[in-house]
Amino acid sequence: MSVPNPKIMTASSDVAAEPFIQRAPNEKLPSVQYSSYLRKQRNRNLSIRLAQWLVLFVFLGVWELAANMSWIDTMLTSKPSQIFASFNELLIKGEILHHTWITTKETILGFIVSMVIGTLLAILLWSSRFLSEVVEPYIVVLNALPKVALGPIFYIWLGDQLSIYGMAIAISIIVTVIMVHSGFQEISKGKTKLMESFGATRWQMLKMVVLPASIPNFVATMKVNVGLTLVGVIMGEFLSSKAGLGFLITYGGQVFQMNLVMTSITILAILSVVMYWLVNMAGKKLQKIYHFD
Amino acid sequence: MTQIELQDVSLHYFTPKEETKALQHINLSIQEGEFISIVGPSGCGKSTLLSLISGMIIPTEGEVRLFGEKVKEPSKRIGYMLQHDHLFEWRDILNNVLVGAEIRGMDRKEAKERALDLLHRYGLGEFVHHSPKQLSGGMRQRVALIRTLVVMPEILLLDEPFSALDYQTRLNLSDEISSILREQGKTAILVTHDISEAISMADRVIVMSRRPSTIQSDYRIEFENEHGRPSPFHTRETPEYHTYFNTIWRELEENVRT
Repeated sequence: MSVPNPKIMTASSDVAAEPFIQRAPNEKLPSVQYSSYLRKQRNRNLSIRLAQWLVLFVFLGVWELAANMSWIDTMLTSKPSQIFASFNELLIKGEILHHTWITTKETILGFIVSMVIGTLLAILLWSSRFLSEVVEPYIVVLNALPKVALGPIFYIWLGDQLSIYGMAIAISIIVTVIMVHSGFQEISKGKTKLMESFGATRWQMLKMVVLPASIPNFVATMKVNVGLTLVGVIMGEFLSSKAGLGFLITYGGQVFQMNLVMTSITILAILSVVMYWLVNMAGKKLQKIYHFD
Repeated sequence: MTQIELQDVSLHYFTPKEETKALQHINLSIQEGEFISIVGPSGCGKSTLLSLISGMIIPTEGEVRLFGEKVKEPSKRIGYMLQHDHLFEWRDILNNVLVGAEIRGMDRKEAKERALDLLHRYGLGEFVHHSPKQLSGGMRQRVALIRTLVVMPEILLLDEPFSALDYQTRLNLSDEISSILREQGKTAILVTHDISEAISMADRVIVMSRRPSTIQSDYRIEFENEHGRPSPFHTRETPEYHTYFNTIWRELEENVRT
């Protein structure tokens, strides 16, 4: 309990002593109503969590049961226990880690390259209004075009390894350019006018206002980008590859090994969540450093 | 000494659809140390006039002269204070105040000393390392003024600097800022739509007409007082204030009607 403020004591010295003692606990401790509100909130959050786990377990349980009772054909659907067994088998052989790592590496590299090049292109467009108006229709077309259609071209030009990066970057870079560039244009006119009033050069404008003010937009772009890059990597692996989760999925499909397909998809789901989570954490950190929180 | 001179200045805005005559045949001369207020109906080009003086816009016709020289680009001898503070969230107060000095490539150490001195003098000493979000609107606008003063301008252009604030903060801040500016002996031009603010702060009030606008009248504001000019807050209680207010009010009214 804190020492009472002497100023308050002297201000109402005659009457202060008793009411103060009575009021102090009320101000420090939460009221009964607030405690019950907090308890209700906690219970609600807890039951949501429980229900979420329950959904997963019921789903897996029903799947397993249906398979064991032969309601469904495990040749087509596999079943959780088999998936788990095949996961263990692959893990022991070290294969699964290898394939997961390949996909992870491709996604991280693709993500970094498309973020960096996309941002540089957005800066280029920002630096010349003329250029940005000239290329606008081309960007619209490139954005609308399903990039998967470019697969064979990437394969012929880049070979079976590099074409995966080609696909990943093709899918994520246009969106990056569009998002970052439109973010640049939404920066408050007042801030740029202020810079102009001090006689700032374009370079100073970029360095001192445009880039730092775009931090929240960068973070949003990164979140979109990481998902799209993963889509691109898997697409690329589908089309041409010798390793990676996308390769395992197509291979498993071709040899009719549903256990392998399901295992790879499960790992891919976990991988994508982990990547998104990492980007999200990095984004939060970045926004904190630049006081956007 | 004449610091600012506008000779037959006109400004037209061009859009693909039309040409707008914003300002027409403006003639104005402002002496060193004068405090000028500009009032006029909204959209009459008051802020445009400031942009012209600052060199951010070049007139369509006529010329603007600062210290006898024709203005061609933003002048380093001018400080501009905008309606909003536009403090950068990603910089603390001290580094916000140093933005102008940084752009102009001034000596960082000297600028920092000046900034700290001004921040302490005007009651922001304990907020040097705070983020702008932690300050009230009035404090933020004071920071904006200090950011302008750090680059040591000889002329200050104030574009409705109080209009985004609540009434009470506004009265207090106009008192503070006018005393800061008088203390620093700067020439100042204040654009406002608030007649009482214009009269209470300035030595001269310039009334502009509707678009295409020109200078309609130019009032010299004087108060009889043995202790020198009263603070803006106190001028509002003097008989002269009411006379000026009524005259300018009537003039603006006629302006709007015709």
